[in-house]
Amino acid sequence: MSEKELGQKWDRCLADCAVKLGTGLGLGIVFSVVFFKRRTWPIVFGTGLGLGMAYSNCQNDLRSHYVLHSKVAKEE
Amino acid sequence: MIQCVCGKVKAHSLQHCRKYTTAGDSGSTAGKIVAASLLTVGGGLGGTILYAKWDPKFRANVEKSVPYSDQLFEMALGPPPPPLVPLQKKPGKIEPLQISSLSEASKESKQPKAKAKKSDPAPMEAPPAVEEAPAPQTLEEASAEAAHIISALGEVPSVPAPGTSDESPPGHMAAGEECKDHHEPVLKERPVEEVTARLAQQDKAEQDALAALTAGLEESLGSTAKTTLQAIGAQEAALTAIAAHTNKLKDAMDSQTPPDEKSAQWKALNEALSERTRAMEEAEEALLKAKGELEKLREVINSAKQSKIDTARPQILAAEENLHSMIVDLDKVVTKVQTAQTEAKIVSQYSELVNEAKAQFQQELANITPEIQANWKGLSGKLSADDLNSLIAHAHRRIDQLNRELAEQRVREQLHIEVALEQQKLEDQKALERAVVSALEHSREDMRLEQEKKVQEVREVMEAEMRTQLRRQAAAHTDHLRDVLKVQEQELREEAQEILNSRVMEQETHYRRLTQEQLDTFTLDMNAAYARLKGIEEAIDSHVIAEEEARKAHQLWLSVEALNYTLKSAGADSPTEPLEGAVGVIKESCAENEFAQALATAIPEESLSRGIYSEASLRARFYDIRRLARRVALIDETRNSLYQYFLSYLQSILLFESEQVPPPAKLAPEDLDTFKLLAYATYSIERGDLELAAKFVNQLRGESQRVAQDWIKEARLTLETKQVISLLSAYANAVGLGTTQAP
Repeated sequence: MSEKELGQKWDRCLADCAVKLGTGLGLGIVFSVVFFKRRTWPIVFGTGLGLGMAYSNCQNDLRSHYVLHSKVAKEE
Repeated sequence: MIQCVCGKVKAHSLQHCRKYTTAGDSGSTAGKIVAASLLTVGGGLGGTILYAKWDPKFRANVEKSVPYSDQLFEMALGPPPPPLVPLQKKPGKIEPLQISSLSEASKESKQPKAKAKKSDPAPMEAPPAVEEAPAPQTLEEASAEAAHIISALGEVPSVPAPGTSDESPPGHMAAGEECKDHHEPVLKERPVEEVTARLAQQDKAEQDALAALTAGLEESLGSTAKTTLQAIGAQEAALTAIAAHTNKLKDAMDSQTPPDEKSAQWKALNEALSERTRAMEEAEEALLKAKGELEKLREVINSAKQSKIDTARPQILAAEENLHSMIVDLDKVVTKVQTAQTEAKIVSQYSELVNEAKAQFQQELANITPEIQANWKGLSGKLSADDLNSLIAHAHRRIDQLNRELAEQRVREQLHIEVALEQQKLEDQKALERAVVSALEHSREDMRLEQEKKVQEVREVMEAEMRTQLRRQAAAHTDHLRDVLKVQEQELREEAQEILNSRVMEQETHYRRLTQEQLDTFTLDMNAAYARLKGIEEAIDSHVIAEEEARKAHQLWLSVEALNYTLKSAGADSPTEPLEGAVGVIKESCAENEFAQALATAIPEESLSRGIYSEASLRARFYDIRRLARRVALIDETRNSLYQYFLSYLQSILLFESEQVPPPAKLAPEDLDTFKLLAYATYSIERGDLELAAKFVNQLRGESQRVAQDWIKEARLTLETKQVISLLSAYANAVGLGTTQAP
């Protein structure tokens, strides 16, 4: 169903966001913990990274239909 | 040209003139016609009456054929002529047959008894006188008869047939009469039936009379013959007796027998005499009887002759001949008897004389020899010599005496002879006269009989000739009749054949026509029946076809209904069953229905394979779509970031508009706003108009469009399918309606 697509997209988006956020957070935390001595900025950075990635993915996913895909024709 | 015109005009005018003239003369022409017709009719009537007057047969015919014509004829001509009276040809009055020798014979028979010869001439004169008259009379009448016959024969051609009805045989009569009828139209004739009846009557009467006559004749003939024979016999017996007596007497006279036989002789003589007398008496009686019978026969013959039956003529003639012969015989016998009697007389006289002489002699002898017996002739040896001598002497004496007597006698002889001659002459004359008379009578009678015989023969000959002539005539007539009949037969046959043919043709044509009519009617009926049958068959076929159609339609309808039903099988969110089956059924059920096939094929594949969503589900889904479409209303190719999403979401929350807005008739460009479109669609869908809603939803652009894509697709599918199905059902209904036959 086409109407479900948006929902699915949003679900994916959210899931992705969550994942990314989590991952980012996690990685942030990890990094912060690991690399950056529990600073918050890797967490935020990671979260933000995650969020941003999620956002971007979501956006791309949502606008994937409108994006023109070009191909380079091979010269024969 | 002008001439032609003139001519034409002239012709016309002439014609007109003619017409006028004919019109003007029409009255007189009509009168002429009437007069002519009256004349013709009157002439015909008058001619008929005149001819009827002339020809009675024609009159009879007309009277028979035309009713009431007999009255007309009676009025005009008087009563019809009486039927022809047959001319009775009376034969000449035949005098009663005179038995010529009757009186003579009777008188002659009386003669020996009377012994009076003198009386003979007297009665003898009378009979000749009497017989002279009848003799010429008989001659006359014979001649008259002959004349009559000849005249009758001469009259035969002129006298019509009924005149000779008595003479000619009856069988010949009818033909002769008819002959005469044909050839003698002058004389009026009775109708044939009457004549034949009369003839038959006459014939019968004739036959009866003839029979009676013949019977009478035969009877009398027989009796007469008997008596005559008796008489003849008696006469002959008398004759013989007389002869015997005479002989005996002679013998007795001859004194040569011895005397003893003489007595016997004399006794015998006496006996003979007595015999003779007896025989004479008997002969007398018989003769009288015979005469009486002959007289009777004569009477009968006369009456027979008077009865004028020609067929009896030969019989009468024969009877007459018989009579005559009998008379002749009787006369002969009588004459014989008479001669014998005269002889006997002579002999008796002689015997008397002799007896006298003998007596005398005997007396003398007795005188001389008294002891000798009378019959001295018989004695021979009983006489003595003396007696003998004396006897001889006596005898001598006697002889002398006798010689003397003889001489004397010789002298007297002359006288005696003269006297005797005279006597004899007289007697002879008498006898001669008698004989002559009788011979004459006999000859006359003979002649008469001969004449009659001749007449009879001539008559017979004439009759035969006439018969032959008549036969010839009849033959000619029959030939003519035969010819005429043949011709008539031919004509009638032809006519009948023609009529038969025509009738047969008629019948045939009629029959043919009838058969043709029958055939035609039959054919018509057959054709009609066939046509009806055909009609019925066609009707049945068409009915069958119609039923088939109806069945098919029904089936189609059923399948369409099934399809419809399958549509209903759609769940809330699940699509229906795939319509493939139903559509397949439809396709099967209406394999030859192109329209249905087309329609069936027009159903989108998706619906077939996957089924369609119901309207309700679509409606429900629509709301989701609506919501979603409202949320992503701003998103399109250009605006499709996440921010836009947020914004459009915000817009959808903050934008208040009525959910349902009735769509305008015409869609203006500003109506192409998502929200408006959605409102219209909502309105439409709320009103059940999915199509319109789908149309509106189809106008969405951007992400809304993408969101509603499936829904539109589904809606399209549904709509399509529904359209097709509705078409199909309508078609099925229509077909069903069309096929259902109104009662």
